[in-house]
Amino acid sequence: MANYSVLLIAALIVISVPVLTLFIITPLIRASRPGKVKLEPYECGIAPTSTAFDHRFSVRYFLIAVLFIVFDVETVFLFPWAIRFKQLGWFGAAEMAVFLAILLVGYFYAWRRKVLSWV
Amino acid sequence: MIPTHYFLILSAILFTIGVVGVLTRKNGITIFMSIELMVNAVNLTFLAYARQFHQVHGLIFVFFIMAIAAAEAAVGLAIFITLFHHRDTIDVDEANLMHW
Amino acid sequence: MTWGDTIYLLPEIVISIGACLLLIAPVMRRGGGVVRASGAPSGGGARTAKWTMLAILVLTAVAVIASSGLVADVAQTKTFASMFALDSFAIFFKLLFIATMAMLVLLSDDYLAASRYSAWEYYSLLSFALCGMMFMVSGVHLAAIYIGLELLSLSSYILAGYFKNELKSTEAAMKYFVLGTVSSAILLYGISLIYGVTGTLNLMRIADAMSTLVTNDALMFGIMLLGAGLCFKIAAAPFHVWTPDVYEGAPTPITAFLSTASKSAAFAIFARIFYVGMHHFRLDWQVVLAIIAALSMIIGNLAAITQDNIKRMLAYSSIGHAGYVLLGIISVSEMGLYGVLVYSVVYVFATLGIWATVLMLSKHEYAGEQVSDFEGLHRRAPLWAFAMIIFLLSLGGIPPTAGFIGKYFLFYAAVGAGFGWLAIVAVLMSAVSMFFYFRIVMAMYLRDGDGQAEVVSSGGLKLVAAICLVVTLLFGILPGPLVEQAKISGGWVAKRVAANNAQR
Repeated sequence: MANYSVLLIAALIVISVPVLTLFIITPLIRASRPGKVKLEPYECGIAPTSTAFDHRFSVRYFLIAVLFIVFDVETVFLFPWAIRFKQLGWFGAAEMAVFLAILLVGYFYAWRRKVLSWV
Repeated sequence: MIPTHYFLILSAILFTIGVVGVLTRKNGITIFMSIELMVNAVNLTFLAYARQFHQVHGLIFVFFIMAIAAAEAAVGLAIFITLFHHRDTIDVDEANLMHW
Repeated sequence: MTWGDTIYLLPEIVISIGACLLLIAPVMRRGGGVVRASGAPSGGGARTAKWTMLAILVLTAVAVIASSGLVADVAQTKTFASMFALDSFAIFFKLLFIATMAMLVLLSDDYLAASRYSAWEYYSLLSFALCGMMFMVSGVHLAAIYIGLELLSLSSYILAGYFKNELKSTEAAMKYFVLGTVSSAILLYGISLIYGVTGTLNLMRIADAMSTLVTNDALMFGIMLLGAGLCFKIAAAPFHVWTPDVYEGAPTPITAFLSTASKSAAFAIFARIFYVGMHHFRLDWQVVLAIIAALSMIIGNLAAITQDNIKRMLAYSSIGHAGYVLLGIISVSEMGLYGVLVYSVVYVFATLGIWATVLMLSKHEYAGEQVSDFEGLHRRAPLWAFAMIIFLLSLGGIPPTAGFIGKYFLFYAAVGAGFGWLAIVAVLMSAVSMFFYFRIVMAMYLRDGDGQAEVVSSGGLKLVAAICLVVTLLFGILPGPLVEQAKISGGWVAKRVAANNAQR
C-alpha cells in the first residue's frame, strides 16, 4: 500500500499545478480589461462571420472523417499482435503484413482518387 | 468482483435504448447512433461473459465487432451524404419514393 | 494455426487479391485518379473490367476445385483454430456462388456500359461480396460466419446504392443499410447470449454444450434473436419489409445478385447454424420458424398478386421462396438438408433466367420494369417469351421443371417432420403464386398491345438465359445427378443430423 502513496502525491502535484496557475495565481496577478474583440470566439485570427449552424461544411470534411474512422479503428488489431509479438513469431508478422497491405490498398485507392487532396 | 449479471442488465438496458432510438428517431445519423449503441451493448455482453469464463474468445470477437462497426459507420455516412446531396435532408421519413 | 492452414483458404485468397486488383487497376493509370463528376460512358473500360472479373472468377473456381482435394474427415477439422471448415457442403455452395457471379457479370455488362458508373469498382465490390459469401459458408464458428456475413452485407449496401445519382438507388441503399445494421446488431446479441450460456462460439462445441443443458430463458432468447437476424438476411416475413423497396430501387443486376447469390448464402449459413449448432433445442425453435415460414409464404405470395412493377413482384415472390426453404430448415432431417441444397440451385438458376429477361427489356436505367412492358413479347422475341414461361413454371414448382424437384424435397421433408399443416400452406401458396406468374405469361401472350420497352438482347444475356434454361429443364427431367450431388454435399452435416435423430 505504501508504494501507492507515491502515486497519490504525484497525482496531487499534477492536479495542483493547473489549478493553481489557471484559477488562483493568474487571476490575482493579471490585468483584467475585457473588450468586445477579446470576448469573441477565436477563429484563426479572422473575425467570425456567422455561427457554426448557419452554413454547411464542405463534403470533404465528411470524406476525411469517413476515412479516419476506418483507418483509426483498424489499428485495434495491431495491439494484440504487439503484445504477443514473440509468441506469434513469423506467422504473426506475415499475417500483419497481409493486413497492412490490405489497408494500404485502400489508402492507395483513396489517395489516387484524390480524396485526400483539398480541391 | 462485480457480478456478471450487473453487466448483463446494463447491456440489456443499453440495447433496449438503442432499439427504441431506432424506432422513434427520424434523423438518419441519430438512428445510426442508436444502432451503434445496440452494437456496443452487445460488446459489453461479450466482455462480461469473457471475464466470467476467463476466456479470450469473447474479447477477440469484440475486436472484430468494433472494426466491423467502424466499416459500417463509414459506409453508412457515405450513404447518408449521398442522400443529403439529393434532397437536403437525412430525415428517413422523407425517403418515400417507393410505396407498397 | 500454422502456415499449412492457409492452403485451405486458397479460393478466398485468390478472390481477395482479385478484388483488390479490380479496385486499384483503374487508378493506376496516369490521370486515372481524377474523379469525374459526370463522366462519359466508360464503355471500353467496362469491357476490360468484365474480362478481368471473369478471369478472376475462373481462377477462383480452379482454386475451389483444387482445394476440394483437401476435403477429408471435416468434422475433425482444426483449420484456423476450428473456425473454418472446408467440407463438401461449403464446396457445393462456393461453386454455386462462383457460377452465379459469373452469370451476374454477363448480366451486368451492357447495363453498366450504358450507365455512367465505373465498372471496375462495381466488379470489385461484387468480388468482395463473393469473398464474404465463400468465407461464411465455410465458417463453423459464429465469429467467422459473422465476419463473412458482414463483408457480404457491407458490399451489398454500397452496391444497392451504386447508381448514386439516382435518388431511388440511394434510398434503397439507405433503407437496406439501416435495417441491415439493426438486424446485424440483433443477430450479434443472439450470438452473445448463446456464447454466455454455452461458453463457446464454435458450432460443434455449442452443440455439445447444449446437449447437456435444459431449456433456459437466456438460451431461448439467444436462439430467437439469432434466428431473427438470419430471417432478415433471407428476407422472411415479418423481417421482410426492406425487400420490396431495396429490390425496386437497386440497379437491376444488383437486385438479381441480392435475390440469388446473397440469398442462397444466407440459406446455407442458416442451415449450417441450425442443423449443426442448435439441433438439440429443435422442438423449441421449430414451431417459431414454422410460423415465420407460414407468414413468409402467405404474405409474400399474396402481396405479389397486386404488384405492377416486376422487380417488386419478384421481391415478394422471393419472400415466399424464403418461406419454402425454411420448410427444409425446420424439418431438421437429411431430406430437409438435401431440399435446401437442391432448392438453392434450382431457385438461383430460374431467378437468374428471369432477371436476364428483365434486363433484356430494360434499355435505360429503370425501364422495362412494369408488367405491361412484357405485353406482346411473344411476337417480338418468341424464344425469350418461351424461356420466361419455363423459368416462371420452375419458380411455381410445376413439373417437368427443376422447381418441382426442389419443392418436392422440401414439402416431403416438412411432412416427414410432422409439419403437415405447413406443407398444406406451402402447396396452397404455390398455387397462389401461379396467379401472378401467369399475369406475366398473359401479358406476353394474350395482350395485344406492344410494351414500350425495346428488346435489346446481347450475347451475354442470351448465354445466361440459355444456361438457366438448360439447367432448369435438365434437372427437371433428370434430377438424379443434382440429387446425388446434394446427398454427397450434405455430407457430414447430414450425418450429424441422422446421428442426433437416432439418439432421440
